[in-house]
Amino acid sequence: MMMLSRLKHDLTMAEAARMPGGARIDLVVVADMVEHGAKVLDVGCGDGELLRLLAETRNVDGRGIELSREGVNECVAKGLAVIQGDADTDLADYPDDAFDYVILSQTLQATRAPRVVLEHMLRIGRRAIVSFPNFGHWRIRMQVMFRGRMPRTDNLPYAWYDSPNIHFCTIKDFRELCVAAGAKMEKAVALNPWGSPLRLNAPWWFWNMLGEQAVFRLSREQKSVVSNQGRA
Amino acid sequence: MAEVSAEVSAETGAALDTADRAREADQPHSPVVKFGPDKPLRLDAGVDLVPFQIAYQTYGTLNAARSNAIQVCHALTADQHVANVHPVTGKSGWWETMVGPGAPIDTDRYFVICPNVLGACMGSSGPASTHPRTGEPWGLDFPMVTVRDMVRAQAMLLDHLGIESLFSIAGGSMGGMQVLQWASSYPQRVFSALPLATATRHSAQNIAFHEVGRQAVMADPEWRGGRYFAAGANPRRGLAVARMGAHITYLSDAALHRKFGRRFQDRDNPTFTFDADFQVESYLRHQGISFVERFDANSYLYLTRAMDYFDLAADFDGVLANAFKDTPTRFCVVSFTSDWLFPTSDSRAIVHALNAGGARVSFAEIVTDKGHDAFLLQEPELFAIVSGFLDGAAKARGLPAARR
Repeated sequence: MMMLSRLKHDLTMAEAARMPGGARIDLVVVADMVEHGAKVLDVGCGDGELLRLLAETRNVDGRGIELSREGVNECVAKGLAVIQGDADTDLADYPDDAFDYVILSQTLQATRAPRVVLEHMLRIGRRAIVSFPNFGHWRIRMQVMFRGRMPRTDNLPYAWYDSPNIHFCTIKDFRELCVAAGAKMEKAVALNPWGSPLRLNAPWWFWNMLGEQAVFRLSREQKSVVSNQGRA
Repeated sequence: MAEVSAEVSAETGAALDTADRAREADQPHSPVVKFGPDKPLRLDAGVDLVPFQIAYQTYGTLNAARSNAIQVCHALTADQHVANVHPVTGKSGWWETMVGPGAPIDTDRYFVICPNVLGACMGSSGPASTHPRTGEPWGLDFPMVTVRDMVRAQAMLLDHLGIESLFSIAGGSMGGMQVLQWASSYPQRVFSALPLATATRHSAQNIAFHEVGRQAVMADPEWRGGRYFAAGANPRRGLAVARMGAHITYLSDAALHRKFGRRFQDRDNPTFTFDADFQVESYLRHQGISFVERFDANSYLYLTRAMDYFDLAADFDGVLANAFKDTPTRFCVVSFTSDWLFPTSDSRAIVHALNAGGARVSFAEIVTDKGHDAFLLQEPELFAIVSGFLDGAAKARGLPAARR
C-alpha cells in the first residue's frame, strides 16, 4: 500500500515536472537563465530539445554539438544548427567570445576532462550554464552505504561497466571546480527528483543532500586562462 | 586492354557522331545566355574569355520577391539536366530524387536553377565549343578554367537573370566545391549553402587519380593532341578507361562486393581469356562505354584539372577560416562514412573553419556503404537532413512553410 501511494506520488510529480508544452523542467530552468536573443552553444545537445525550447521561447541563435550521430542527424533534420563533435576535443577549435552562453546540459559527467571543458566554455562564451546529476543526493549515498553497490537511479540507469558517465561529482565538488577554474557563480538551482527547483534559501549542505540535479550559471572571474591540458 | 577497346568500339556505333556532339556544345537543348565583348570573363589563368556562353535549366517558379532561388551545382561529369530527361542519353535527371515537386529541394516551393559549368560540353563554353574566330572547336586552345572561374560565370548568369541573392545553393563533390567557392566569393548573395561530400581542396590522392584518367585519354591515338574533332575522331577508348578508373573511386569496396561479389557475367565458368568474365568487369565496361556517348574527352581533361587546382585556403594565405570570416550564410555540411574520395575528415575541416569564422553550421555524417556516389543515391537520411535544413532556412528567410 505504501509502495503504491509512493508510486502514484512519483507519477504525479513527474507529470507536474513537465511544462504544458511538454518541455522537461530541468531544461526550462536552464532556459530561464538565458536572455532573449542571445547567441548560445549547447554542448552535448542530444536530440535538440533544449535548443528548440530556446529558439521557441527565447528566440536565441542556437548552435549545438552532439557526439551521437543519431542525435545530430535528428537535430539537423529539425532545422537546428548542430554538428557532430566531441566536447573534449572540439571546443578547442572555437574562437574566444564567440557566444553569449555555452550550455552543458547533463553532459559534464560524461566528459574526459571536465575542468578543461568548463574552462573552454568560459573562454568561448561570456557565460556558461552547467546542469549535472548530483552524486551527493541522499539516495545515492544510501545505495553506496547500505547496498555497497555503485548507485543506479532512474536518471542514472547504467551499470558501472557500461556507463558513459565517468566523472560524477556532488554539488559541493562542482563548487570547488568553479573556484579552481576561475568561474563566478551567478546563479545556482538544485532540482528535486521530479525536476522541480528546491526552495531557494536553503543552505548548500541541504541542496547537496536533497538536490538530485543542479544547474549553475557561471561567468568569468577574470579573463579565463585555459590550463595547459586543454591546449594540446 | 585490347578486349576493352574492341567492345567499346563495337558498342558505340550508335553513339553521337562528331557533328551531334558539336551541336550540343554550341546549341544545346537548354536555354543559353551569351555574353558578348562588353562582358568578358576574367579567368584565373590571366586571360579574358570573350565571347562566352552559359547553358542552364530551371525548374519551378521564381517568386515576386525573387527570394526563393536555389542553385544546384553539378559534379564533374553531370550537367544542367538535374530533373528532366537527358536530351542525349534519354535517361532521367541525375538528381531527380532530390530535386522535383515534393522532393527535398521542392520545385513547388523553390525556383531551381542549374548551370552547365564553364569548361563542360553541354552548352556552356568549353573545349568542345566552336572557337569564335576559327570556326573550329577550341580543343586545347581553350584557356584553363578553375572552380572560381565557373562560379564567376555563374554569378554573371544570375545577374543576367535578375537574381540578386540565392536562397540556397547545393551540390556534391565538384558541385560542393562550387558551393564553397560561392559562399566565399559572394557571401552576401548566398543565404544558405549545402556542400555535400566535398572538400576545400583536392588531395594528392585525388589529383593522382585524375592524372591517371587524363593520361588514359592522352594515350589514345585517337586523341590526336586534342584535335580529334578536326579529324572526325574521338578518343573513346581512352575516355572509357578514364571513366572506369574514376568510377571505382566513386564507390566503396563494400558496395562493389555487395553488388557484384565475384560473380560471373552470363557464364558459369571462367573462359580463360580476357573477356569480361566477372560482373564487375562488365559493369565497369558499360560505365565507360555509356560515358563516352555523352561526354567530351577534352572537357574531361579541363574539368578534372579545375578540381585539382581547387584550394580555397590558398586564396587566404592558407587560413581556411578566413575564407568564411563573419559569413552571414548558414551551412549544412554532409559527408558519408564510406566515401574515401572525399572522406569525412575533409568535411570536418570545412566545419572547423566555419566554426572558427563564427558561421551557423550543421554537420552530419551519414552511415552508408555506397561510397562517394551516396549523395546521388537513395539515402533517406540525406533527404530528411536536406529538407529539414531548407525548412529551417526558409523560416528564417520568411518563405512560406511547406504544405504537408
